[in-house]
Amino acid sequence: MVFTTKSLKGQHHELADPFYQLNVLQQPSSHGDQFPAFAARLREHDLFPLTPTGTTILQVNVGKMCNQTCKHCHVDAGPDRKEIMTRETMQLCLDALLHAPQITTVDLTGGAPEMNPDFRWFVEELSKLGRQVIVRCNLTIILANKKYHSLPEFFKEHGVHVISSLPYFMASRTDAQRGDGVFDKSIKALQMLNAVGYGKEGSSFQLDLVYNPSGAFLPSSQKSLEGEFKRRLKSGYNIEFNNLFCITNLPVSRYLDYLMQSGNYESYMHKLIEAFNPAAAAGVMCRNTVSVGWDGYLYDCDFNQMLDLKVAQSAPQHIKDFSLEELDARQIILNQHCYGCTAGAGSSCGGETVK
Amino acid sequence: MDSAYYNPADLPKFGNVTEWQPELGRKFFDYYGEVFKEGALTEREKSLIALAVAHAVQCPYCIDAYSTDCLQKGADEAQMMEAVHVAVAIKGGAALVHGVQMMNKVKEVSM
Repeated sequence: MVFTTKSLKGQHHELADPFYQLNVLQQPSSHGDQFPAFAARLREHDLFPLTPTGTTILQVNVGKMCNQTCKHCHVDAGPDRKEIMTRETMQLCLDALLHAPQITTVDLTGGAPEMNPDFRWFVEELSKLGRQVIVRCNLTIILANKKYHSLPEFFKEHGVHVISSLPYFMASRTDAQRGDGVFDKSIKALQMLNAVGYGKEGSSFQLDLVYNPSGAFLPSSQKSLEGEFKRRLKSGYNIEFNNLFCITNLPVSRYLDYLMQSGNYESYMHKLIEAFNPAAAAGVMCRNTVSVGWDGYLYDCDFNQMLDLKVAQSAPQHIKDFSLEELDARQIILNQHCYGCTAGAGSSCGGETVK
Repeated sequence: MDSAYYNPADLPKFGNVTEWQPELGRKFFDYYGEVFKEGALTEREKSLIALAVAHAVQCPYCIDAYSTDCLQKGADEAQMMEAVHVAVAIKGGAALVHGVQMMNKVKEVSM
C-alpha cells in the first residue's frame, strides 16, 4: 500500500462520508450471509439497551488536524484537516465540568491535540478545575516544531497523564502504520519524556503506551505484550514507560479503507464477531464516557463521533446544553463497528476492559 | 467432495470435528487450549514453535493460523523466519543424517 499524506476527505474518497461507511458495515458478506447485528448479540446477554453506568470521563476531541496520517486512523486526521475546536467551545466544556464533579478525568484527543492553538490554555484551565487531564500525544509532535519542544515540561507542570501510540518496538511495523521515520522520532520523544521524569519507576508522572496491531489481526494479551515492549524498549533505547494499552482497530474510516483495499474486511469482521466476549461488552468505555466533538456536539465515543452518530435524541446534543443527569439516562447508540470494543479481552482508550 | 483438498473456509470449522465424537473432541480442544497458555514458555514462544512445526508437518491450515497468531503475540518477521529455518534445519538434518545409514549399508556390501 502506498503511504499518502492526504486524508480520505482531502482525496474526496467515498469512505470520508460517515453514511457511506455505515452502509458498508451493514452489507452482507460476499457469501450473502448477514453479519449478526451487534445489538442482537447484546440482547442475547441482557445488555440491550446498553446504558451508562455513570459518566466519569469527558473525552474531548479538540480537532482533526495532525502532523501524521496514520493508515489506521479512525479520525481521518492529517495536516489537511482544518476542523479545530474554538476557545469558546472549550469554555463550554469547562462550564459543563463545573457542574459535573462526578467527571474526574478529561481525556484530550485529536488529531494531534497539541496543534490546537488554545491547547495549552485549555489544559491550564482544566488543571485549575482539579481534573485529571489525559493527553493522547502522538509523540512526533514534540519534535515537529520548536514551539512543541517544551511539551514534556508543560505536561509535567500540569500533572498531565500522557498516553502515546507506539504500535511496535521496531521501526518496520511502526513506520508501516504511522509513516516513514515515525519510529525514530517517537523514540526521541519518549527519551525526552523520560528525561523530565515521565514513565520512570516511582515517578508520579504517568506515561502509558498504546499498541494497535499493524495489520488485519487482533491484539494479544496486554500483559504479555507489555513485558516484551518493556524489555525491548529498555534494552534497545533505555526507554521506560508505565503501562501498555492494547487497543483493537475498529473498522472505521482509514482502517476500514485499509481492510477493504487489502481484501481483509470480511475476515476481520468474522474475527471480531467470533471473539465477541459478553464480559467485555459489559465493560465498554461508552458506559462511563461522553465524547465531545470539535464543534461541541456530543457522542457516545470517539468512533461514533467519526461516524456522525450523535448521542440519543433523548439526551442533550451539544455541550452548551450539557446535563449529566440526562446523559446518564440515555441509551447508547450501537452499530456493527462496536464489535471492535467487545472482542477478546475488550478494547477501550485505556486498553483491555476484562482483567 | 470439494474440488480442492484444502479450503481456507474449512479452518474455522475445525471445532466441528466434535460433532461425530464429542468426548474425544472436547478432550483434545481442552488440552490444546491448556498447551498454548503461558507457562514455563511464553505464549509468543509457543506460537513460534507452533509455526515451525506447522512448516515441518506442511499443514496449510496451521501456517495460516500461526502466522497471524505470531503477529498477534508480538513476534517480528525475523523471529518468524528464524523459526521456519529451525524447522527446515531439523527436517533437512533428519533426511541427511540417514546418509550415515546409507554409508553404513554401502560399506557393508562393498569390497
